Amino acid sequence: MIALLWHLAQAAPTGPDAPIPTPELVFQPILPELALCAAGILGMLYEAFARRSSRSVHLAIALAGLVAAGVTAIMLWSWTGAPTVLGDAVAVDRFSVVATIVLVLVAAFGCVYAWHESGRAEAVYRGEFYPLLLFATAGMTLIVAANDLIVVFLALEILSLSLYVLTGMGGRRSNEAAMKYFLLGAFSSAFFLYGVAMAYGATTSTKITTIVAALAGQTGSQALALVAMGFLVIGFGFKISAAPFHMWTPDVYQGAPTPVVAYMSAATKVAAFFALIRVLDVALQPLTWDWTPIVYALSVLSVLTGAVLAAAQRDVKRMLAYSAVAHAGFILAGLTSANTTGIRAAMFYLIAYAVMTVGAFGVTMLVATKTDEPSSYDSYDGLAARSPGLAALLTVFLLSLAGIPPTVGFIAKLTVFGAAIAAGNWPLALVCVLASVIAAYAYLRVIVRMYFREPRGAVTDDRAVVPQVAGLVLAVTVVVLGVFPRLLSGIIEQASILRW
Amino acid sequence: MSGHLLTVVIFLPLLGVLGLVLAGRQITDAGARWISLLVTLVVFGVSLAVLGRFETADAGYQLVEQASWVPAIGLQYLVGVDGISLWLVLLTTFLFPISVLASWTVTTEIRRYMIAMLVLETAVLGSFLALDLILFFIFFEAMLVPMYLLIGGWGGERRVYAALKFFLYTMAGSAFLLVAIIFLYAKAGGATFDLRTLTDTAATLPVETARWLFLAFFVAFAVKVPVFPLHTWLPDAHTEAPTAGSVLLAAVLLKVGAYGLIRFNMALFPEASKHFATPVMVLAVIGIVYGAVCAIGQRDVKRLVAYSSVSHLGFVVLGLFAFTQQSVSGGVLQMVNHGLATGALFLLVGMIYDRTHTRRLDELGGLASVMPWLLGFFLFAVFASAGLPGLNGFVGEFLVIVGTFAISHWLGAVASIAVVLGAIYLLWSYQRVAYGSVHDEHRGLTDVSAREVAVIVPVLALLLVFGVYPRLLTDSIDPATARVIEHVAPDHATTVVTGVEVADPGGGG
Repeated sequence: MIALLWHLAQAAPTGPDAPIPTPELVFQPILPELALCAAGILGMLYEAFARRSSRSVHLAIALAGLVAAGVTAIMLWSWTGAPTVLGDAVAVDRFSVVATIVLVLVAAFGCVYAWHESGRAEAVYRGEFYPLLLFATAGMTLIVAANDLIVVFLALEILSLSLYVLTGMGGRRSNEAAMKYFLLGAFSSAFFLYGVAMAYGATTSTKITTIVAALAGQTGSQALALVAMGFLVIGFGFKISAAPFHMWTPDVYQGAPTPVVAYMSAATKVAAFFALIRVLDVALQPLTWDWTPIVYALSVLSVLTGAVLAAAQRDVKRMLAYSAVAHAGFILAGLTSANTTGIRAAMFYLIAYAVMTVGAFGVTMLVATKTDEPSSYDSYDGLAARSPGLAALLTVFLLSLAGIPPTVGFIAKLTVFGAAIAAGNWPLALVCVLASVIAAYAYLRVIVRMYFREPRGAVTDDRAVVPQVAGLVLAVTVVVLGVFPRLLSGIIEQASILRW
Repeated sequence: MSGHLLTVVIFLPLLGVLGLVLAGRQITDAGARWISLLVTLVVFGVSLAVLGRFETADAGYQLVEQASWVPAIGLQYLVGVDGISLWLVLLTTFLFPISVLASWTVTTEIRRYMIAMLVLETAVLGSFLALDLILFFIFFEAMLVPMYLLIGGWGGERRVYAALKFFLYTMAGSAFLLVAIIFLYAKAGGATFDLRTLTDTAATLPVETARWLFLAFFVAFAVKVPVFPLHTWLPDAHTEAPTAGSVLLAAVLLKVGAYGLIRFNMALFPEASKHFATPVMVLAVIGIVYGAVCAIGQRDVKRLVAYSSVSHLGFVVLGLFAFTQQSVSGGVLQMVNHGLATGALFLLVGMIYDRTHTRRLDELGGLASVMPWLLGFFLFAVFASAGLPGLNGFVGEFLVIVGTFAISHWLGAVASIAVVLGAIYLLWSYQRVAYGSVHDEHRGLTDVSAREVAVIVPVLALLLVFGVYPRLLTDSIDPATARVIEHVAPDHATTVVTGVEVADPGGGG
């Protein structure tokens, strides 16, 4: 499949009679994507031919694909071949390996959550769920490695289309969310594609490594390049849910099935941000002075919008959605430092955020399952008395999201603020820190409900073992990485170098 | 182990937490209480070992432990103790077992309560001992969560409001602190957060930059102290907190703010400290008078004690920023003394509340005839808090006022008047609680129990010991404060007020 995509990307002939050049096919770098797609297809075949498909078989197939993708990604850690392969369409570096592993892990948690949830609401979770999730993951792992804007776009579409369907799998409100997500997503895709066209116009190439050379040599039109930069940032802005492109986020997070939200809130952010880092810090590196003010402004808008609106919510999933906007702003603050420090800070923050948000949504999936409004704050009244385990888990995740030590969220904030201040942007850091105080209020409101209120009526929680163990693993990760951040930062240090 | 004495002190309470967590819900309430008491007592014992190994004459950091933590950003695990932090650590480790013992009456969710207490102890001790700025910040922030839970979970009627207010005020203050720390770190080349190294870096900063950074640090600590006009969270938090929460908040947590001023503001920004000394002193004096006046007007005993804290902490800040040997030593002394005296007051108010279930002055009265011992203890603590010579409150306030007079007669004079105000509200409130006619429903109340004697007598004993023989403290405080003054205001180091010998303020009265 990737080879085919590559042919499309290579469609510009160099002369009237020149045959389309055929790149050397190296499959190893795209083995993770191939493994994910293979498992996805296998899952679809199983769904088509099995008389009564079993969710456990689906889970097994999906996990097998994810494990294969993870293993093949780890094997790329010590890749010694060319930095870009398949006609420069795909980059092979530790940067993408780290992202792939994180994405695969997030997808595994998503699958386990879905497997559990489908035990409760069989009808909602059709067999296509797992293949779609795998295809989305394949798109994500491809986007973080893409070295050609066309491949970025294709990967973006692969993951987006899968996510639109996944979002719509949970009933009426979920259908509505999917429609909204689709419309705004299609809009952002158009922006992105237009940006790619502009970039091509400015530099006669869509290859990231060629664009950087062209811009550095100032051979192309600077004006076109700036327009391209603007459109690309807008396109990514939708995917990372940065304000003011965040409008879809609360509705989708509230409406979509919780396992899907747990998965997409973390995975989409990781994938889109890693791709954005490659575009900004490699392709548009010569325009650093032009894009940092934009990133700066987006960061300020996102942290303030996200934090203030999160504090005003009365629904946990909506609150977490707005907090996702604020967190996008924090990561952008790190990126204003357009160097390795900024990239490292953003990577650390993204991974930390993935752990916290997957954990937090995992808990919301289990709370007050039998009520009409399971994610309303009212359902969290007295959770600590009802299900102390769930309350404790959610508290850990919320404190980490608030950036209270000794959780990984604190170290993550420390590193992004450090990067921003090192780049001279201390006013931005101050805005971010103050916004995080407002956001802390939003998280505390939930903690207050859980610990200091009496339970309402006969609300029951789902206290199944498997998702609670998954949550425990994530909570332990939050604390361990908060106390020993070296475990993660050591890996990131080796992975934050982008070669071109 | 002996090489890691400070680490043991800081993290031993967490061992207790681990025990309580692992024990799960099977543990009985009594079990949870005794485990916590045992752990806090052992911590106190270990901190006495720290005192034993402390070299009194040495003004620098002692028992320093250093280990790389996050080498990528130069974050270290760096702890050490000097004459200033030593007594605050001992105050903390001394008051925690007392607070645990005072919490015997807590009946709901005792295991969680004790976990919060022990986590709080680790965070406070870490704040006093950390010499790496981020390590300090981590402990400083980590204090918020257990205290928030203690107030919000076991407090009075408006506990949720008070807890949230406490949390957000402090967190907003520390937002500035974090940015300032990182800024300083970036200026230093992004290599270390070591206080000792950053002190040298800060000296090379432009004057303007250093002044802004001073303000950022100051806001964070001023909220915590609290310095007028950032004190509004305090009366709510104190009033709504459970007894042990009030004790620890007043005796220990507020000291972290004052300690931050002397440890970080003065060490890092000596020029700015001097530059802003006058406005800070004026704020401190306003706080002293304002706290005292507000205390006079209170109807709730606990609120009254809370406002008295605002007033007393004003003395601490005034002393620290007058930069004379007497005033700074007096300020540090006042931190310890206020911790003990106000701790005692909150404990006794808690005991009275446990019996009468009211804290309103107009609903109390004549209790001295019903519970002579309890009210006797109360009178003792009131005298100490009001600064009666011979008890510890006198020494600190006296030194602060004397030291301030050397700098400014006006500020010294106003502060002295506030001492009288302090006597007024404290004695007046005692009079209303102890004398007058007894309310009928209070006639059958029992006097102090053996447990309560064990809670209060050690504290009262120290009030007397430190009042009669303050050299016990000042001998080790003076070298450290002398170093601070040398650093900030070398010209003041020689300002000795004639006729007053440091650490021996007019004998025992």
